[in-house]
Amino acid sequence: MFDLGGKNALVTGASGGIGGEIARALHAAGATVTLSGTRLAPLEALAAELGERVFVETCDLSDAASVEALPKAAAAKMGSVDVLVNNAGITRDNLFMRMSDDEWQSVLDVNLTSTFRLCRGVLRGMMKARWGRIVNISSVVGATGNPGQGNYAASKAGMVGMSKSLAAEVASRGITVNCVAPGFITTAMTEKLNDEQKARILTQVPAGRMGEAGEIAAAVLYLASPEAGYVTGTTLHVNGGMAMI
Amino acid sequence: MSDIADRVKKIVVEHLGVEEDKVTENASFIDDLGADSLDTVELVMAFEEAFGIEIPDDAAETIQTFGDAVKFISGAV
Repeated sequence: MFDLGGKNALVTGASGGIGGEIARALHAAGATVTLSGTRLAPLEALAAELGERVFVETCDLSDAASVEALPKAAAAKMGSVDVLVNNAGITRDNLFMRMSDDEWQSVLDVNLTSTFRLCRGVLRGMMKARWGRIVNISSVVGATGNPGQGNYAASKAGMVGMSKSLAAEVASRGITVNCVAPGFITTAMTEKLNDEQKARILTQVPAGRMGEAGEIAAAVLYLASPEAGYVTGTTLHVNGGMAMI
Repeated sequence: MSDIADRVKKIVVEHLGVEEDKVTENASFIDDLGADSLDTVELVMAFEEAFGIEIPDDAAETIQTFGDAVKFISGAV
């Protein structure tokens, strides 16, 4: 099931925990993968692990020119971009009353505006091919809100509305656009929490544990697959029951 | 009819699935030939590729009819 043989995928934030697992899952299903991120070393390490059918393309998602160039560079290396996974994201948490314009803008730029630009950049090729899969990694916080994350929650909720609009525009061309919204997932970022913080978070999760990056990757793999061709404009929540929406 | 007009007509017929004789000078892609807004974007993409030209967005918006397309492309190639 879920054969991506012959498909070419671009994954942003592939140097991170979730992005790396997404790249591994798409690659294992047969896709050729371009790994993108800001730091070259972890991307090259992952590329070495995957072996064949893999390319590396660094990109600073806060820089418009760099973002515009990424889909073109990926298509030049792979031949096309059939699957785009917008996974990269940053947080700059602060209480609303203390949040600076810069903290607001930088999170919106990297999480939402770069996603818009990358989606736009891959559409031409997907329209011509009459096939495409875009999977945007949102967050449970985009649906529920979270104190201290006004900027992050806005960017992740914005991604959902943007994805639905684009999904409606291009559905007739065989292109689907969906979101995956992770809850609390074990990554380098959440490893920094102490046991008390983790325990408090887990009281809100019916599953009683943090999610694994591979569980997000599995959701992405499904939405990227030919089998999910009739699924578009939706958000797949992967959060252990933390928010049933 | 010029060579360019012939090629443009062929692209329009192919993309919109319309009869060739419907594609007249004043035929509007949207009003007469059944195109939706996304079809017009795709037509412009097809013109760009077929003729090796760049059609900027503001120019693309002025290309409403078959005649508009032929005129613009004739001036651009």
